[in-house]
Amino acid sequence: MYDFEYHKPGSLADAVKLLSADPDARPISGGQTLLPALKHRLNKPTSVVDLSGIAELRGIKREGNKLVIGALAKHVEVATSPEVKAAIPALAQMAGTIGDTQVRNRGTIGGSVANNDPAADYPSAVLGLNATIVTDKRRIAADDFFQGMFTTALEPGELLVAIEFPIPEKAGYAKMRNPASRYVMAGAFVAKTGGAVRVAINGAGPGVFRQADMEKALTANWSPDAVAGVTQPADGLNGDIHGSAEYRAHLVTVMAKRAIAAAG
Amino acid sequence: MPQVTLTVNGKTSTVDVEGRTLLVELLREKLRLTGTHVGCDTSQCGACVVHVDGESVKACTILALQANGSQVTTIEGLAKPDGTLHPMQEAFREYHALQCGFCTPGMVMSAIDLVQKHPDGMSEKEIREGLEGNLCRCTGYHNIVKAIAAAQDVMHGRAQTLAPAAE
Ligand SMILES: Cc1cc2nc3c(=O)[nH]c(=O)nc-3n(C[C@H](O)[C@H](O)[C@H](O)COP(=O)(O)OP(=O)(O)OC[C@H]3O[C@@H](n4cnc5c(N)ncnc54)[C@H](O)[C@@H]3O)c2cc1C
Ligand code: FES
Ligand code: FES
Repeated sequence: MYDFEYHKPGSLADAVKLLSADPDARPISGGQTLLPALKHRLNKPTSVVDLSGIAELRGIKREGNKLVIGALAKHVEVATSPEVKAAIPALAQMAGTIGDTQVRNRGTIGGSVANNDPAADYPSAVLGLNATIVTDKRRIAADDFFQGMFTTALEPGELLVAIEFPIPEKAGYAKMRNPASRYVMAGAFVAKTGGAVRVAINGAGPGVFRQADMEKALTANWSPDAVAGVTQPADGLNGDIHGSAEYRAHLVTVMAKRAIAAAG
Repeated sequence: MPQVTLTVNGKTSTVDVEGRTLLVELLREKLRLTGTHVGCDTSQCGACVVHVDGESVKACTILALQANGSQVTTIEGLAKPDGTLHPMQEAFREYHALQCGFCTPGMVMSAIDLVQKHPDGMSEKEIREGLEGNLCRCTGYHNIVKAIAAAQDVMHGRAQTLAPAAE
């Protein structure tokens, strides 16, 4: 790892100041993605800004028909939070299956969503639940936020502050894990919120995406059978040593069926 | 040079570090606590697991500076000063839960956190899932799982002594 300066600001304003003063400064939350990347010298920040001391990024709370989760909420906190379990059990269940115990003890929702790894879990919940990303500057709809592999609408130095999840009538998540890395090969998050159906697919493509044909089928008939006949085209999906694009396309339908069964 | 102050196994130290110094490097190279191992550079093997403020974490995936001010427990901090082993260490010995021993410090630290988080006890399946972050290339995990199942009864006070392993 190349050396860097370390800063630990106590407020959001101070963090933003440090990051905007230096284009090569990088924020760190749980470090479960950034530190492995730095060890491999995949990037070379001049300084690392530790967000963990910023109170504005903390907390999980219910606000009317929304659940607001601060960027620093760790996977273990989301998995065990009574508020999350009561409002969106599928989200708590998802958080409890990210990586392993030690990754869940450090990794955060803000770091995961800002990173937008195509094989990450949370992006499909954010897109499937039509959540809003709150930053230090603005509010961004999930449909505009994710922009393909490791790319988001965040500008350099812009910080993810919280995520607002509308509370759905029904929601479910299912994934097929790579047996070695445990990352997602293909996953589906399905939700019905205010009568509207969304299906978000992660792991299978270069970025999380909505499956419009499945959304249409489920709007007409909310049942696993409704998506059984919907074929996901393999065009543009990921193919690698872990599985071909055709295999992942097949998994998409299987995972969507399981997600609907889980949602009930 | 930045400094880190932390309490490791009950002893407070202040150490000079670089920004990039990992907690595991501080433990092994500065404090000479070499029981915590490094088995990979991808944050996947769990040989480096220690407790930071009571939570199990991979010491190779946290900066020393991020652990400033915290309470750290390593494998060296488990046995009593008179040498009496922690029930989890005792169980690993009794159940032959190690062969080369490389993964063992991380396994034991993860196992203790796991048992503490499950006061009602764990099934074999839950133990196996709880060990997802720890890899062992020797044992095939079988005896590790048995050791943890036996140790949890002692740690939760449901058994006075460790159930002996079957011959
Ligand atoms: C062994 C292992 C297995 C894993 N398995 C899974 C898995 O199955 N599923 C899964 O989804 N993930 C998995 N992960 C990744 C894990 O979930 C990470 O915790 C997560 O991707 C990043 O969160 P973090 O808080 O650690 O972020 P960091 O590593 O601290 O940061 C990640 C990136 O986001 C930026 N960033 C961090 N916080 C903010 C913020 N508030 N605003 C803007 N930018 C920010 C950083 O600059 C960096 O570029 C795994 C990781 C490991 C090491
Ligand atoms: S050394 Fe392998 S996970 Fe830390
Ligand atoms: S005992 Fe050798 S790696 Fe586990």
